[in-house]
Parts: sequence; structure tokens; C-alpha cells
Amino acid sequence: MGAHPTLALAGVSKSFGAVRALRDVSIELYAGEAHALAGENGAGKSTLVKTLAGVHRPDQGVILLDGEPVVLTGPADAQQAGVAVIYQEPTLFPDLSVAENIFMGRQPRRSLGRIDRAAMRAQTRELFGRLGVDLDPGRPTRGLSIADQQLVEIAKALSRDARVLIMDEPTAALSGAETARLFSVVEALREHGCAILFISHRLDEIFALCQRVTTLRDGQWIASEPVAGLTHDDLVRRMVGRDLGALYPKQDAAVGDVALKVERLTREGVFTDVSFEVRRGEIVALAGLVGAGRSEVARAIFGIDRWDAGTVTVAGRELPPGSPTAAMGAGLALVPEDRRQQGLVMEMSIERNIGLTGLRSLRRGATISRRAERDRAADWAARLRLKFARLGDGVGVLSGGNQQKVVLAKWLATEPSVLVVDEPTRGIDVGTKAEVHRLLSELAGQGIAVLMISSDLPEVLGMADRVLVMREGRLTAEIPRAEATEESVMHAATRRAA
Amino acid sequence: MTRVLRWDVLVGALLVAVFAAGSLAVPGFATTGNLSFALGDLGEIALIALAMTLLVVAAEVDLSVASVLGLSSALVGALWDAGLAIETIIPLVVLVGAVCGLVNGLLVTRLGLPSLAVTIGTLALYRGLAYVVLGDKAVAQFPPAYTALAVGDVPGTPVPYPVALFALLAVVTGVVLHATGFGRALYAIGAQEQAAFFAGIRVKRIKLLLFVLSGTVAAFAGVVFTLRYGSARADNGLGVELAVIAAVLLGGVDFDGGKGTLGGVIAGVLLIGLLRNLLMLGDVSTEIQSIVTGLLLIVSVLTPRLVSLVRPALKGTP
Repeated sequence: MGAHPTLALAGVSKSFGAVRALRDVSIELYAGEAHALAGENGAGKSTLVKTLAGVHRPDQGVILLDGEPVVLTGPADAQQAGVAVIYQEPTLFPDLSVAENIFMGRQPRRSLGRIDRAAMRAQTRELFGRLGVDLDPGRPTRGLSIADQQLVEIAKALSRDARVLIMDEPTAALSGAETARLFSVVEALREHGCAILFISHRLDEIFALCQRVTTLRDGQWIASEPVAGLTHDDLVRRMVGRDLGALYPKQDAAVGDVALKVERLTREGVFTDVSFEVRRGEIVALAGLVGAGRSEVARAIFGIDRWDAGTVTVAGRELPPGSPTAAMGAGLALVPEDRRQQGLVMEMSIERNIGLTGLRSLRRGATISRRAERDRAADWAARLRLKFARLGDGVGVLSGGNQQKVVLAKWLATEPSVLVVDEPTRGIDVGTKAEVHRLLSELAGQGIAVLMISSDLPEVLGMADRVLVMREGRLTAEIPRAEATEESVMHAATRRAA
Repeated sequence: MTRVLRWDVLVGALLVAVFAAGSLAVPGFATTGNLSFALGDLGEIALIALAMTLLVVAAEVDLSVASVLGLSSALVGALWDAGLAIETIIPLVVLVGAVCGLVNGLLVTRLGLPSLAVTIGTLALYRGLAYVVLGDKAVAQFPPAYTALAVGDVPGTPVPYPVALFALLAVVTGVVLHATGFGRALYAIGAQEQAAFFAGIRVKRIKLLLFVLSGTVAAFAGVVFTLRYGSARADNGLGVELAVIAAVLLGGVDFDGGKGTLGGVIAGVLLIGLLRNLLMLGDVSTEIQSIVTGLLLIVSVLTPRLVSLVRPALKGTP
């Protein structure tokens, strides 16, 4: 280990608008060391990676290369400095060969600028030899598994003499054997003196691969420490431990009949055998990691995607698969994950967005009553305390929190009996977040059944009467409010095999 | 955009300007006879433009309309030759047009293919079928009562029957597009299809319906065209799709969907009609007319983009 870390961040802060993604974060990556970056969804891991990769420039603090402050003006600059990033889903040119992808833009030349294919292949073979990988340099990358594509990316990084290799959730889409092969490659690189930054939600992988770990929470640095001596529970506590406070006002509501019943719901390759019910007056949280299949279950229940097996019953009526119209008719509402693509028509006005779910009920004769449309919008805007100038303004001018209120208004105006909300407070300010929580609590009090998908653990624990946990497409735990803790939920969400 | 600077209003103003300039500069232009002829000459384009407007607002397009028109014309000729009554032929041919539209719609909605590609394919396919049906011969001698309907004016007015029909259908289309839930759904689909689907709008069913409508209207326009010229030919209406799309885009409907008004499209149709008529009166060759249509198409797509690029720079805001 050299005196200086190969690459380091010192006191880095980065904000996007009002959102402070990183606050005074420091990390040091040493040659010959695999360093893990741990944290919940939204803790700032991606921002940190993008800062190291030259995509974002820090608002405050410095990047140090071999102990010297540097300014990375862009990804190309970072590459020049020897920093390579391997993303979860590599972006290769599918119709070019493996070798051509590796040497894209830096092909070995013969006279008259012709590309020396033989040399390119030979060098590729030599790179794969160093990595201990068996891939044909001449084949096109189309059709390669994600694991093989990552190896091509790693070979590319190696061919550029990368000294720092950043891997952003490389194992998320890999099988066990593929992960093992990746680990042996990473091990080889580390022994050659590479500094590795490794990100994974699977804590056992961190323990298996890394020597040090830095934990982030809410954009803040929590700890940097050797992995040896830490337990699984220690790490989880660093990732999630924080005071809950009284931010989450879920009041006890009278629990009524079963409003939503999901039985053995399966969509092949996405989720399997999911069964649960939500009663009137209940808020049930669906927790788990990103990619565990939570949003996919919500989409299927609402009819956006079809399911292959199982049943969904709303208030005693069985829903046909793949029909949002039928789901709405049965009293279901879905506030989707992606506000800008799925929740709102950004080019339309506030009132028209709110009216979009009521095109039938706003009818007077054959045409839509603009007055009824405006009244509906004005009514819900007032109830949700929407901040706006004119109802005829485009929703695009509103803040994220107010846009979310428009989505909620649009769905509450359908007077649903079951409300499914997917990440209802993601990317909105703390004040509006509390308002949304109060609203969900009130709705439950009025006898609506609420199913809430959230990656925000304090929100899950503060709001939910019961917590369902999904991992890799399956429901792995159902935890009553009294027993739900950050540790128990995270444990159910991350544990690899029972 | 501010009220005054709205594209459709601009096109309306341009229409007035072209009309005024034409009246002053071109003798024989501002006569009742010529204007009545110009309107009549525009009938098929105008009818098809109504259905096309609905499609483009929903971010789809149907390039096969002129070929459906040609197929419809060829069928009218072949069936008339075979001795069928014109009263039987017309509904039959319109039904074939609906099926042509259904094929387009199914390819787009069931297989998820882009309508631009699908209808370029059926553009060639339906025109080919037209030649299969009628070869390169022409059929004429239709019943005078029907040809009179196609060229004649509504009694007491200089308005040709097809144009009167267009006016009626334009009112209906305008109400549907701007005042009904169906119209709202079209704008939502065009602007943000996913959000429309998430709001419970039956996106695929609506799109299918639009394609069927487009085929039906194009086939009916084929009947009008055939009777108006008194001649059924497989190559009737060649290139009409370009004039239709030029009119729709010129009218301010965004090719990416979600934007535009029917008023703008009507102004666009009339503007194209006036320009064609002026060029014809000026003895300008059909090649030049085609060049003008092409330029109009490009200008109408380009201008709003340029405006949206330049406007923020002028205001100094992002």
C-alpha cells in the first residue's frame, strides 16, 4: 500500500437543486485494495460513483489522484486519469466484435491508417489471458450474457491501464457461478495493484470480496473501516440506523373487510407465487431492494402488465389480467413510480391531468363539461393544499412535491377503495413528504385499503400496519408493526438464501 | 406560446394574406367560379385530413391513405364493369377501406410496429392491389346522378357537395377532438402514451379505431374522386398522402403527437388548396407544384422547432 491513496474524495458535497445528494463525504481508494460502498437506496452511492467518474463535479471538496488535487472535467478526463467504471448493464456496440469493442477509438494501426485486426485480436487474447477468461475476441458482443459483457468492459478498462476500477452493482443480474468468476477476475486485478470500488446490495458479497467498507446514509459519510471484525448486523445498522422521530403519523384505524386479495400471483421471470391481502383501513408496506419485483407486482395488480398465474380480487370481484380499465372500475387506483412518464402528461395542464381519470364522469351529454373538470381539479387542489398559480398551467411548472400531489389528486378523485402507491415520497421535499404521510393516514382512517411500496425504511416502519418484504421476485417475510425494525426488514430483504 | 403567436392563428393569417395577394395579383382567381372549383378540387384531401389529424394528434400516421383511395377507385371501376349497382358498390368499397385500415391498425397495435413503417409498406401493398384489380385501364360512364353529386354545388350556393360534407364532418371532428373525453384521450396518448395507459385509457383500442376510421374515410374519398373525374383508375390519387400530411403539419399539429387544433388543420388545408390553385392559374408545372408541397411540409415541421430553439435564447431563460 502506497503512502497516498490512488484516488480519494475529501470533504465532497454535491446538490441537485434543493436535494443534497452528498454532504461532506470522504473516501480513500488504495492500490491493491477492494473497497465496498454500502448504503440504502438513495444514500448517495450513485452520485459518489458519478463524481469519481467525472460525470458530476463536486460543489465543495476535492478529488485527489495520488494525493494531488485534480479537477475531472468529464468522463473522458476520468478515463485519462485511469478511472474505469463498470455499470450494471454494460453498453457495448452489439454488432462489433469483442476485440473491436475493447479497442474502440484506439485501434492498433498499420500503414496508411488501416486497422490492424490481427494485432487487435492478439492483444485481446492477451488481456483475457491476464484475466483468466475464455472468450472469442472475434465474435460480436450481441448475444453475450451480461456477465460476459462485463468481462469485456473490464478487459477494456485493463487495456487502458486503468488503475481504479469502479463496479456499480455488477452482480445484480448475475448467477452464482457468474458472480464467482467475476470475483476471481476482481481478485486478480487487485493483486496486480488495481484499486477497486465495489457496490452491492448483497452484504455477503461485500464480506467475501472487500477489505474495507465505507457506509453512506442520506448523503452523509457514516464510517470507513476494515471489513474484518464487522458483522452483518453492524453493517445494516450503519446503513439504516437513525432516529425515527414523530414524522410518521399513522393513526390506528378500524380494520375492516379484505379489500384487495392477491393469490399466488406469478409473472414468469419477474415475480413468483405472491400472495397477500390488504384490509380496509390498513396501510400495508411492500418493502425490499430495488429490483426485487415490488413495482412489478403493483403494475400487474393494476393491469399494466399481464400475469401468468394467480388471481387478484378487489372487493370480492376477480380482475381480468392486463386491464387497467377493469381495475379502475373495481375501485383500484395506482400512483405509479415514475411521475413524469407514468403519472402525468407533462404537457397538459393541472386540471386536465386531474380530469384524465374521470373522462366518463365529467361528461355532460356527449362532451366534457369544462366547468365540472375545473371544479374537480379545484376541489382536490384545495384538499391536498396544492401550490399553483392557475389550474390551466402545465404540470411541468410545478415542483416535484406538487406534481406528486396532482397525481394523488387525479387518483383520489376516482374515489378508490384500494390505493396502491409506488414510492409516494421519492424525490419530494420533507414538508410535502409529511403532508403525503398525513394524507395516507387519513385515507386509511376513511376505510381505504392502502398498499405502499417504499424503499424508504423509516417511512415503511412509521406508516405501515404490516410490512411485506420481497426479495428476488418472492415474498420472503410478513412482519407485523410491533416486530418491524430496520434490521428485521433489511435482513429479510438482503439475506441470500434462508 | 402566447395567444397571438399560436401557430394555427399564424397559419390563418397567412391564409388571409395569400388570398389577398392572389386576388390582387392573379386575374381570374377571386371569382366565385374559380374558388368553387378550387374548393371542390380540395375535397378528398380535406376529408382525409380530418381522420389524419386525429391520428397525428395521437402520435401515429397513416401514409397508405392515397393507396386506399386508389384501391377504392379501382374497385369502383371493376365492380361497375362487372355490372353491380352503384348503390351496392359504394358501401362495399367503403367496407374494404375499413379493412385496409384495420390491417394497418392491427399491425401497429398488436405487433407494436411503428405506424410510419407499417403504412409505408401498405402504401405499396394497397396500390399494388389496385393495379391487380383494374390493371392500367380506366373505367368511365358512371350514372350522371352520382357524378353530378360529386361535382355539383349545393343548390343556391357555390359550395360543392363534397365540400359541404367536409364542413359537416369538420364540425363533428372538431367537437370530438376538442370537447369529448375521446379527444382528451387522443392528446394524452400523443403527449405521453404511458401516462395515458396508466390512467386507464384503452390506448390500443383507440388507435385501432383511428386506423379503421382513416381507411374508411380514404376509401370514401376514393369514391368521390372517381365520380368527380368520372374515371376509375388504379393510379388515382397518387401522392395525395403528402398533400394531406403537409396540410395537417402546416395546420400546427405536432408530428410527435399531443399538440394541434382542428382549426389550424382546416386553415392548413385551405392554404394548400389556394396555393395549388394559384400555381395552376399561373400555369406552373406539376413538378413545381410538388416542389412547393414538399417545401411547405419541411417548413411546417421546421419552423416550430426553430421557434422553440430561438425563443429561450431570446428570453435568456432555459
